[in-house]
Amino acid sequence: MTEPIARDVPLICPGGEGMPRVTTTTVDQFINWFRQGSIWYLLFATACCGIELMQTGGPRTDLDRFGAVFRSSPRQSDLLIVAGTITYKMADRVRLLYAQMAEPKYVLAMGSCANCGGLFQPSYSVVPGVDAIVPVDLYLPGCPPRPEALNEAILRLQDLMRGEHWADRMQGRRRTPEGVVVRGGAPPLGSAGA
Amino acid sequence: MRFDFSVVLIYIAFSAAIVGIALYLSRLLAPRIPDREKASPYECGERPIGSGWFSFNPRFYLMALVFIVFDVEIALTFPVATVVRSWVEAGKGLLAVGEIILFIVVLAAALAYVWGRGDLDWVRDIRGTLAETGSPDDPCAGPRGEGSA
Repeated sequence: MTEPIARDVPLICPGGEGMPRVTTTTVDQFINWFRQGSIWYLLFATACCGIELMQTGGPRTDLDRFGAVFRSSPRQSDLLIVAGTITYKMADRVRLLYAQMAEPKYVLAMGSCANCGGLFQPSYSVVPGVDAIVPVDLYLPGCPPRPEALNEAILRLQDLMRGEHWADRMQGRRRTPEGVVVRGGAPPLGSAGA
Repeated sequence: MRFDFSVVLIYIAFSAAIVGIALYLSRLLAPRIPDREKASPYECGERPIGSGWFSFNPRFYLMALVFIVFDVEIALTFPVATVVRSWVEAGKGLLAVGEIILFIVVLAAALAYVWGRGDLDWVRDIRGTLAETGSPDDPCAGPRGEGSA
């Protein structure tokens, strides 16, 4: 799991009595402030987690209030929520969808199936964890996770974004769930099911 | 008067500047890490088979062209219908009707032309046309030009 990243000084300093309303910030903070408020996720669901994903976008949990809305095209998406079981037949599609997303991009493995294969882990046809085919930024446990849990995951992703350096992202580097900054991109094929 | 035009000029310059700044900021800030998979066309996760650049049967193209005949007819006769009463009151009723009939006759000639050519048929025999234009012998060649293989 991602350890919570300490938030820096607040971006907006309203200023006290007689204080000028001046805001100081860094480029990283400024860019991340925009990014965390517009996490657009790809409309992608393969199993029952998808139902919870729809509920999370619905009025009760309402992901819209964080600026997170679904997009039908990976070209406009920042976040790939792998919501459900991924079979080997689907794995190639997931990889391609991830590849077709614009940088910077994030992957949220939602539910037990996406995390480790879940109930279907012993099956001959199920990928035991999507981190074998795409680089996962957040693991969300649950079978399926409640909409509140997915909501929390989006907040944790915002934390993740706030701690990033834009220079890393510009060069295609990403921070792993262990907190190590590595070169981005999908893991090599053939590692699935190893 | 000239001042009014300057407003338009400023408006155009301002809109161009906003678009330019947005495009430049995107170029400046957006990471670009292209690869072959990212550059491939988005087909809902499916890998596209073959190239998108191949000749396909232009039936819908012909239908769209024929549709224009009727579309223009409707677009230009309806306005006439709204003003024809005032033309009749001005004593030019016959002129108006004559002009619109002439117009419809021209369009009807176009319709008769495409009908006679058989362009209204969904399934067409184009072998004769191909022989005239010197196109490939096999009109049923695959959409990706694989027929010659």
